[in-house]
Amino acid sequence: MSDPTHPGAPVLEVADLSVTFGSGPSAVRAVRGLNYEVRPGEVLGIVGESGSGKSVASMAVMGLLPPHARVSGSVKLLGTELLGASDKRLAAFRGRTISMVFQDPLSALTPVYRVGDQIAEALTVHQDLTRAEARKRAVELLDLVGIPHPAERATAFPHEFSGGMRQRAVIAMAIANDPDVIICDEPTTALDVTIQAQVLDVLRKAQRETGAAIVMITHDLGVVAGFVDRVLVMYAGRPVEIGSVDEVYYHPLMPYTMGLLGSVPRLDQGERGRLTPIDGNPPSPAALPPGCPFEPRCRLAVPECRLAEPPLRPVRHSRHLAACIRAGEIERGVVTTVPKLPEIPEEGEERPPRESRRVVLGVEDLVKHYPLTRGAVFKRRVGTVEAVAGVSFDLREGETLGLVGESGCGKTTTLMEILKLARPQGGRVVVLGRDISGLVAADRMSVRRDMQVVFQDPMSSLDPRMTVYDILAEPLRAHRVREPGPRVRDLLRLVGLEPEHAARYPQDFSGGQRQRIGIARALALEPRLVVLDEPVSALDVSIQAGVINLLEELKARLGLSYLFVAHDLSVVRHIADRVAVMYLGRIAEVGQVDRVYDTPMHPYTQALLSAVPLPDPVVERARRRILLEGDLPSPADPPSGCRFRTRCPLYKAIGETERLRCVHEEPRVRPMGGDHGAACHYAESLDVV
Amino acid sequence: MAGFLARRLINYVALIVVATSLAYMLAASALDPRSNYEARRPPPPPAVVDARLDELNLNNKTPVFQRYLRWSWSVLHGDFGKTTVGDPVNADLARRAGVTLRLILVGLIVGSVAGVLGGALAAVWQYGWFDRLTTAASFLVLAVPTVVLANMLIIGAVWFNDLVGAQIFLVSGETTPGLEGGFLRGAADRAQHLLLPTLSLSLGLIAVYSRYQRNMMLDVLGADFVRTARAKGLRRSTALTKHALRTALIPAVTYFAFTFGALIVGTTFTEKIFGWHGLGEQLINSIFTNDVNTVAAISCLAAFGVLVAALASDLMQAALDPRVRVG
Ligand code: SF4
Ligand code: SF4
Repeated sequence: MSDPTHPGAPVLEVADLSVTFGSGPSAVRAVRGLNYEVRPGEVLGIVGESGSGKSVASMAVMGLLPPHARVSGSVKLLGTELLGASDKRLAAFRGRTISMVFQDPLSALTPVYRVGDQIAEALTVHQDLTRAEARKRAVELLDLVGIPHPAERATAFPHEFSGGMRQRAVIAMAIANDPDVIICDEPTTALDVTIQAQVLDVLRKAQRETGAAIVMITHDLGVVAGFVDRVLVMYAGRPVEIGSVDEVYYHPLMPYTMGLLGSVPRLDQGERGRLTPIDGNPPSPAALPPGCPFEPRCRLAVPECRLAEPPLRPVRHSRHLAACIRAGEIERGVVTTVPKLPEIPEEGEERPPRESRRVVLGVEDLVKHYPLTRGAVFKRRVGTVEAVAGVSFDLREGETLGLVGESGCGKTTTLMEILKLARPQGGRVVVLGRDISGLVAADRMSVRRDMQVVFQDPMSSLDPRMTVYDILAEPLRAHRVREPGPRVRDLLRLVGLEPEHAARYPQDFSGGQRQRIGIARALALEPRLVVLDEPVSALDVSIQAGVINLLEELKARLGLSYLFVAHDLSVVRHIADRVAVMYLGRIAEVGQVDRVYDTPMHPYTQALLSAVPLPDPVVERARRRILLEGDLPSPADPPSGCRFRTRCPLYKAIGETERLRCVHEEPRVRPMGGDHGAACHYAESLDVV
Repeated sequence: MAGFLARRLINYVALIVVATSLAYMLAASALDPRSNYEARRPPPPPAVVDARLDELNLNNKTPVFQRYLRWSWSVLHGDFGKTTVGDPVNADLARRAGVTLRLILVGLIVGSVAGVLGGALAAVWQYGWFDRLTTAASFLVLAVPTVVLANMLIIGAVWFNDLVGAQIFLVSGETTPGLEGGFLRGAADRAQHLLLPTLSLSLGLIAVYSRYQRNMMLDVLGADFVRTARAKGLRRSTALTKHALRTALIPAVTYFAFTFGALIVGTTFTEKIFGWHGLGEQLINSIFTNDVNTVAAISCLAAFGVLVAALASDLMQAALDPRVRVG
């Protein structure tokens, strides 16, 4: 297998890698025979959902698994076997020849040491440097990964760095000794999308500087598309498909890969098609089905699939391999996985125009400030965080409004203020025609009944000691429904669960099913408005698609209105009719979803949309990305005038006199034609997706 | 930081004043120095007793608050008053404070260092023999009262001395009276005396600390930053000491102030049992002799000690944890 694009001997060869936790019948085989190799300068993406074994495998390669994990197979780094080597020998490789960037930058640095010293430590372990030399080099590295004022920032402690900056510091550490291989384990998953774009950019730069091979582990098909040369798809601890990124994305040969690609909502596709979820749930690694592990969920399964696990075999040519007995037929186009999609019930007749529909939720100049305090024992107020600083929008009957923005933009605070049903600090909230500041207890009860909420984490919002029946019956009883039994069964059927499962406890269900229970609970009292707080962000894509479809179906069937708070712009495009983009406590842009996504007017929306990676390698490589500089300013000290001006690319492009207006005058949302408005003095449209 | 410390300090002084005042009130109303005189054969005439008690500011016929004012006025001038027999409290306590301080300091250092190390090692070898052993031992120690523990130690020591036929452990007092020999001989003698009381005092501390430290350490063992440290090429042992243990020490230091109080209680028993003439022993004696002023003075010293420990733990925390320093 020679690679025309990346000649040279492989730097990292992984062969038949297996990892088992525990022993006996309860043993969990997290990784079951992983093979791959990367050559100098090559980027390999390893894609899989949670539980596929992708992260465990990378820890095994680094030799960082806890001692009770049993690892077998072979990991060769520059021809040297790493498995079974002593900690001392491995330590000599780690950080020098092979280094790693981890998922959660917030906890990846030791809190008690200065950032510069931690990078210097990575140097001094492997090189004979004096303290001063190592410090100097650490500052250079911080500069390389784009930390402003590196000499100064090197003396800061990790808690003084934002998440994006910490990830840069971790990358600086990883490239400190000019390694041959860098393993990146979900390096941007914990970051906001504009910061993700920055960090990916830094990684590209780091790769250019070091010429290292990169193994990029992620669940995000978009991140992989534009970043890697080859992709390896993992399922149930095994590679199921491997090939060049274009081949795998455009001509997948394994039904699982096809399902995965079909279930991602896409930022660049406006038509309201249904997503194609993969049925069922990933198998538990402790109880794999016989034969092909994907068989219970596979739409193309035939009886032979049950007989033996299909090996990973070359299909199209020697460099595109798939583990499926029907891969040949798929290749020739004899069979496809295009499924029969459940019909979306038509939304009645033609919907009346927006203006004539009733406003179910009206928010006007909503304000929420928090005091900012210092000190553990003696708290003193040192400032005010303007979490929400004058937000207005309305949500009309039968529509979905997506409220999007990065962390710290105030979307969650806005939602909490609405749910509180108490007089806001400033502004007005009107739910179903009633101003919430004037509610007495009895009114509040009836408004609660009409406005329900679904939270992000299905596990923590369901009481583990209650059966599903009790969870669903509770709101009914609270509102004096005598016989909740039949209604509970209806609700379970409504959200696609078996009514017989009512006697089970939440922990007996998978993440997606739990979220369905959460939705059923919200629907128990037949509300008219449902507030959804990141309802699918904790779910894997293949499961997420099913929940999104369910939400759309329920909305059409029951005539619901949704306020959908999310950070995932692709999901919002898919589900929302209108979208409001928030930045630092204010609305930057609002309007009909296709207008905002296709012709974003506000420079922030433009940058945000351009930062979202698309699961389409060719498009992704050709895309122009607007990189925002720096981090979100502190909401305790927002910039004067336009809050976005410190990072605004347009602000940099305009003349001195125009800038004055941005500095001194706060832009209000101004109509941009049709149902579309942007809060920018100089808004113009730009094609970014 | 300076402002923060100053505020802390003022707070602590206020706490000492309140604690000591309460202790005085309690002692002055609960203890009855008059009974000391009534028990004499023959009892002295009441007028003489009153005069004597008035002189010592111990007369229960004077309202408590008035006695308190007179007492606090003299305390402000650095005088804790007189004992029931008329000796100055200050002189007696000054001598005894040194004895107690030596015992507590050694106990504290031995207890916290051994506890932290034991706990950290137990965490690193979780479920290994060392972990099991220390877990069992600490629960045993925590379940047995100090008094019983100290006496068990004495019995064990005597048995051991008999076994080897030499006085290895000395179980009474601080030094052997009338000991001949040079400095080295003296130091060895002191160490021999110190061994058992320190052990009985610090065992409880070790038990508590090792449990606590074990949990703290387990929390950070799996922490991402330890993994990062190893990923950059640090050996496991280096990563564990330099990154994990260093971080896990911070909460242990906060704990320091709390254990100090327990340690003070522990010394009262230890001193009494091992015949050390320190503050703890005197506290018990003075309660029996209705010695209000001594009780109040020792309470004041104890409060002072606890708050010094609290301040020390604040300072250590600030030194160890940069996140606190900025505040
Ligand atoms: S082997 Fe059978 S079950 Fe497995 S993916 Fe292929 S068609 Fe589906
Ligand atoms: S108002 Fe000025 S600073 Fe704000 S977004 Fe528009 S151009 Fe940028």
